[in-house]
Amino acid sequence: MSILLTEDFTFIVQGITGREAVNLTRECLDYGSKIVGGVTPGRKGRDVHGVPVFDTVEQAVADHGSQIDGSVVTVPPAFTKDAVFEAIENGIKLIVVVTERIPRRDVAEMVELANLRGARIIGPNCLGIIAPGVGKMGGIGGPAKDAAKAYEPGAIGVMSRSGGMTTEISSTLTAAGLGVSTAVSIGGDAIIGSTYAELMPLFEADEQTEAIVIYTEPGGRMEAELVDWRTENDAKLPIVAFMAGKFMDDEEMQGMSFGHAGTIVEGAEDSATQKIARLQEAGIPVVERIDEIPGAVKDKLGAKV
Amino acid sequence: MRFYEFESRRIVERAGIPVTEYGFCKTAAEAREAAERIGGSTVIKSQVLTGGRMKAGGVKFADTPEEAEGHAEEILKLEIGGHMPVGVLVDPKAEVEQEYYAAVLWDGRAKRPMMLFSDMGGIDIEEVAEKHPDHVGRGHLSNLHPIPDFRAKEVVAAAGGLTGRELTRATPVLARLAQLQHDYDMTLAEINPLARLTDGSFVALDAHMEMEDEAVGRHQKMLGEIGVELEEPRELYEPSEFERNVKAIDEADHRGVIQGKDHGFTGNLGLVIGAGGGSLTLTDAVRSQGGKPANYAEIGGNPSVAKSCGLAKEVLQKDGVEKIAVMMSIVSNTRVDIVARGVIKACLELDKDPAETIAVFRIPGAWEEEGSKILGKYGIEFRDRSTSMWEAAGEAVERIQG
Amino acid sequence: MAEQQLEGIFIDVEIDDAIANDAEMAGKLEEVCPVDIFANEDGKLAVVRENLDECVLCNLCVEAAPPGGVVVKKLYDGTELRR
Repeated sequence: MSILLTEDFTFIVQGITGREAVNLTRECLDYGSKIVGGVTPGRKGRDVHGVPVFDTVEQAVADHGSQIDGSVVTVPPAFTKDAVFEAIENGIKLIVVVTERIPRRDVAEMVELANLRGARIIGPNCLGIIAPGVGKMGGIGGPAKDAAKAYEPGAIGVMSRSGGMTTEISSTLTAAGLGVSTAVSIGGDAIIGSTYAELMPLFEADEQTEAIVIYTEPGGRMEAELVDWRTENDAKLPIVAFMAGKFMDDEEMQGMSFGHAGTIVEGAEDSATQKIARLQEAGIPVVERIDEIPGAVKDKLGAKV
Repeated sequence: MRFYEFESRRIVERAGIPVTEYGFCKTAAEAREAAERIGGSTVIKSQVLTGGRMKAGGVKFADTPEEAEGHAEEILKLEIGGHMPVGVLVDPKAEVEQEYYAAVLWDGRAKRPMMLFSDMGGIDIEEVAEKHPDHVGRGHLSNLHPIPDFRAKEVVAAAGGLTGRELTRATPVLARLAQLQHDYDMTLAEINPLARLTDGSFVALDAHMEMEDEAVGRHQKMLGEIGVELEEPRELYEPSEFERNVKAIDEADHRGVIQGKDHGFTGNLGLVIGAGGGSLTLTDAVRSQGGKPANYAEIGGNPSVAKSCGLAKEVLQKDGVEKIAVMMSIVSNTRVDIVARGVIKACLELDKDPAETIAVFRIPGAWEEEGSKILGKYGIEFRDRSTSMWEAAGEAVERIQG
Repeated sequence: MAEQQLEGIFIDVEIDDAIANDAEMAGKLEEVCPVDIFANEDGKLAVVRENLDECVLCNLCVEAAPPGGVVVKKLYDGTELRR
């Protein structure tokens, strides 16, 4: 199957008349995604690649005649929170926030409102979601032809903090004959809508997904959260990880120190080395090279049989 | 954005949190005047952004205004951690009965701000939390609802069982700190120590604030009011010439994004790499295979030929750089042919042979066929996605060492 | 290290004499090129050489001009964009 996206999944693009949005709208349409409207205040009546533009999400929903499933939000940081609130309050349940440099507080507010309303946010500062052969939400993978080349349908779920590396990893899996069930660019900010642990239940419930690959970097404690989640739940899917930015552990690289109290909020913020150890102790191998990922995944899949 | 201690004091003062009769002074004479005004013994503190002031001799006690002036004179000339002070803070030497710790900061896992309070202030809060957990109260705040005082009260009450006037006086301090953290997008809002003086009043003896960079733009008014000049850099280390030059090139042209860092890098292999995650991965791959990067870089979005060329030229002109490795993860948005033109042009404009200077070119993705043609014309082999990032890095290392 | 600014090493543009003095065409090409290779200089069509290598091969200039009016040359492989 896939997670999050289905063949009949409908979505809008908020900020659709912007340069980046115009591009990703074309790409998603070419990929077969069902973009049913766009929203840019003041531009009602226009169209972008045939997609009607509205002033409000409410108008887009009314025009569609039934609930719209998702939204890709590309509006600038000063307006993103309002746009996401608007989507949530108009019943949209899956929101991909592409915009970067949004203040943390705004993101935290969006996430809390989404939780209250049973909606999910992916991002911000992300490239979106792709379920190969099913649909694409966001610029992930680029133009449809390029996305098809890198993303073959398959059994591996991919979650990555880096948009570009989502495609690099998926292309590596595809070249090795493994293919991807769904790839999610979860975003690079300090606070994001959906962490690895928060997406795992969806992958676990997906019949098509047989293993998971995660790409991660220093900063934050998502790995600890993932390990805890697996310990506390009936986790069946094997996971393989890749950690980038190991060089940041070096003394000479320390330009940014983390305040003392931060360490007791989140526990000592793990260095790359500590994160790797933590994952490996939990049975999640951390490979040194991207090109080692398929082999590690095959080992895990073979072990299951 | 980091704040100097004196700025943090102004911030908490504005938020209604009691502070001392402090004075921020730029000269020794001003320090003397402040000490006279305050009366009694004073503490003179260097105002730098780096830590370790006490150890470096940047914090001194004075019993008279003359002494205060003398200490200020010395401290104003004292470099700490590579930084010169922008002034000194003159504080009354407080008659402290007890020290507490108060902070509000982001809990990334809970995705909410969290209040922290302890009746064991002044020392390392990490240690206190570990060894005396029942002396640390904590509580999360909603992002959507207004901050209620009772939440702050609960957190204070949980810190070593505080009650009575201690509780009722500490509570508003923490509540106002929480409001301040919220209102001004602080990634850290810390008061350590918060002191209870002999007369029972509470005073912030030291404040440490950090505002999220992404939010600075929406707090211009407040920043102006406390005297912050936005143009001055607030990094812990001085940007290098390389870093400044790359930043200038990036800012002059809106097409695409480039970044360059070389703090801590001293190698001979220049890296012209991207995108964000790709840059981290490639830097690791070069180092793991024995290569010595001269810099770190990030190419993102869709840069112009001029921007790509500009970055490559800056890297090539760094001391000790012999060759450059041009590598990225698979690109959807960045055009391979445009980057190819940029890096070749950089070599030619510096009178270098592109085929000799470019140790590897590995950028698979958009317009790669066109890119391959351009590279071919200049005798450079194009590496596509069948060469992994690790292999490309290895190839560059081999070429520069071989 | 000798330093120089090179122009037009990857791309060149040929303008047919027929449109060289066409003010309307000059205006049109100036507007349509996303990287400012064309300029309308008092009704005469000028090529801004320092922007030549920024050409993104969009073909909009070729399409805006009459057939053969504008030819974009890819110096690295000898091929052209023309109509």
